[in-house]
Amino acid sequence: MDIWSFITNPFVSIYQLIRSLLTSLLGLIGLSGDVASVILFFIMGGLVITVILLVAPLLMMYMTWLERKVVARMQDRVGPNRVGAFGLLQPIADMIKFLTKEDIVPQGVDKPVHLLAPIVVVIPVILSFAVLQFGVGMGAVDLNLSLLFLLAMGSVATIAVFMAGFGSHNKFALIGGMRAAAQIISYEIPQILAVAVIVLLAGTISLNGVIEKQSGLFGLGWYILYLPVGPIAFFIFLLAATAEINRVPFDLPEAESELVAGYHTEYSGMKFGLFYLAEFLNTFIISAVAASIFFGGWQGPFVQQIPALGIAYFFGKTILLIFIQLWFRGTLPRIRVDQLMNFGWKRLVPATLALILFTATFLWAYRLFNQFLTSLGG
Amino acid sequence: MDLIGIISQVVFFLVAALTLAAAFATVLLRNVFHAGLALVGTFFGVAAIYLMLEAEFLAIVQVLIYIGAIAVLILFAIMLTRSLMKNEDSGMNKQWAWAAIAISTLFLGMFIVILQVPWLLNTSVIGTDIVPFLGTELLTTYLLPFEIVSVLLLATLIGAFIIARE
Amino acid sequence: MINDIPLVYYLSLSAALFCVGLFGALARRNAIAVLMGIELMLNAVNINFVAFWRYGSVNPILNQAGIVFALFVITVAAAEAAVGLALVISIYRSRDTVNVEEIDLLKW
Repeated sequence: MDIWSFITNPFVSIYQLIRSLLTSLLGLIGLSGDVASVILFFIMGGLVITVILLVAPLLMMYMTWLERKVVARMQDRVGPNRVGAFGLLQPIADMIKFLTKEDIVPQGVDKPVHLLAPIVVVIPVILSFAVLQFGVGMGAVDLNLSLLFLLAMGSVATIAVFMAGFGSHNKFALIGGMRAAAQIISYEIPQILAVAVIVLLAGTISLNGVIEKQSGLFGLGWYILYLPVGPIAFFIFLLAATAEINRVPFDLPEAESELVAGYHTEYSGMKFGLFYLAEFLNTFIISAVAASIFFGGWQGPFVQQIPALGIAYFFGKTILLIFIQLWFRGTLPRIRVDQLMNFGWKRLVPATLALILFTATFLWAYRLFNQFLTSLGG
Repeated sequence: MDLIGIISQVVFFLVAALTLAAAFATVLLRNVFHAGLALVGTFFGVAAIYLMLEAEFLAIVQVLIYIGAIAVLILFAIMLTRSLMKNEDSGMNKQWAWAAIAISTLFLGMFIVILQVPWLLNTSVIGTDIVPFLGTELLTTYLLPFEIVSVLLLATLIGAFIIARE
Repeated sequence: MINDIPLVYYLSLSAALFCVGLFGALARRNAIAVLMGIELMLNAVNINFVAFWRYGSVNPILNQAGIVFALFVITVAAAEAAVGLALVISIYRSRDTVNVEEIDLLKW
């Protein structure tokens, strides 16, 4: 644990320091072996979970600030600048507002369903945070099947949205909930198939594995540069994921002018705050996933020597993609629900299937060619 | 037995208890929508059991397909077939008592048989990632069922569309 | 760690889940609740398949018949749920009820 590794890789070094301190502490008390490893597992796991649960709302709060500032500048106005310098304390004021607003529960609602819907929306989103890789060796868990896990967490949102729409005793909420559920399941297919293209190229479903495979070309061998498959897959993934999380231009289920507020009409106070949290955290997660699988995540020049650079690369790429999402919000109009379904099923699904066919054929021909070349040379 | 063994058994009992509680809720709740949500809970419990059996791919596929698609389908159908007078009856039909007696006997019989058969066990440690082997097997040994299931899904798509349209 | 939970535990859980699902399929009044019971039975059978794959295969990595079978069961369950629910919706449209005791035109 020398000073150089402390400077170049601060978070991992701190984690290992705490872990070794605790091990020696437990050894002093007299516990070791199995019992010590179980206790250590729970304590270190609890520490990581606490860090994630503190970082996630903070990220969400400053994403709302960024959104308000960016969209305001695109609309030729300034955005919040009263509360603190440049409006930086505005999200804190928003949080206080959400926490202190009255929680109105309408009369005919289905109480358990109405209460559980915001919770079921937030849980998969925070679970997805556990598999993101924020830097070299800096993910909470490194699953063998991380990408599939992230896609599965995205599809659990359907149930939550439907619960919110159905549980509120409100026709607008019901229509909003149905439309949101239909939208999510329609755009799951292009999203999963676009990720399948990357899995074909990388040969692994683990997020860390996909990031590590992009280390060619001095750290810049990203999958988006694998023309023509990379950019098309990135474009399809971005569109499908934006539709999955109900953001502009696909935000008809929560459109103010169409459906009052869609599936979260009847929610106020902290329950609405939870829906809001889930939407912004979802935006962060899909930007992080797109940055990891198409742009290399924490991969970049000199990241093996100075691992702390990996965190900067990851957050830089993610913030760039979040900016693209906010750009969509500030510029594009909303798409009608039949245009949305049309686009999803008749354009994106065949395009993605053709893309997978092309990628698989190309990879097979490439490997055949490589085999031919090595058999020639040998 | 060592600590890890005790913890494994405790976790198994917790997960099994939650799964069975959710399953009982599915078949006993009067309100069909609540029963559908309890079914979602059962699916999560079964995914947890797959994780304990070291079939991680199957666990994630269970969540993705059963909860992300089939449960949504069931909830949509519940919503589309709501009657105007809800919850006026007990949710059980005329033969529930006979069904309960017969099924308790069936469960008792199965349980006794399970405990008495000398199962042939071959437990080995799985060290590597098994998903690449699964993929290879799906496309070589099990290619025919794979293709037949694709045709089946096509037939289902067309059939459901034709039956359910106006 | 896998040797700490005996196979019998998984098999009895699967049997219990199967019986609960069978009760739902036989004793419920709403046609959709009957379909939910059928889904429970299919899940129980899947647990059985995967338990036998894990505890009974000579080479669980190369011979993944249990997992493949469970995967196909999930797919066929999805297909069957889709067609079954389409039928229920169609019956609701023509008879305005989903009560299984009232859908009895074929009874003698």
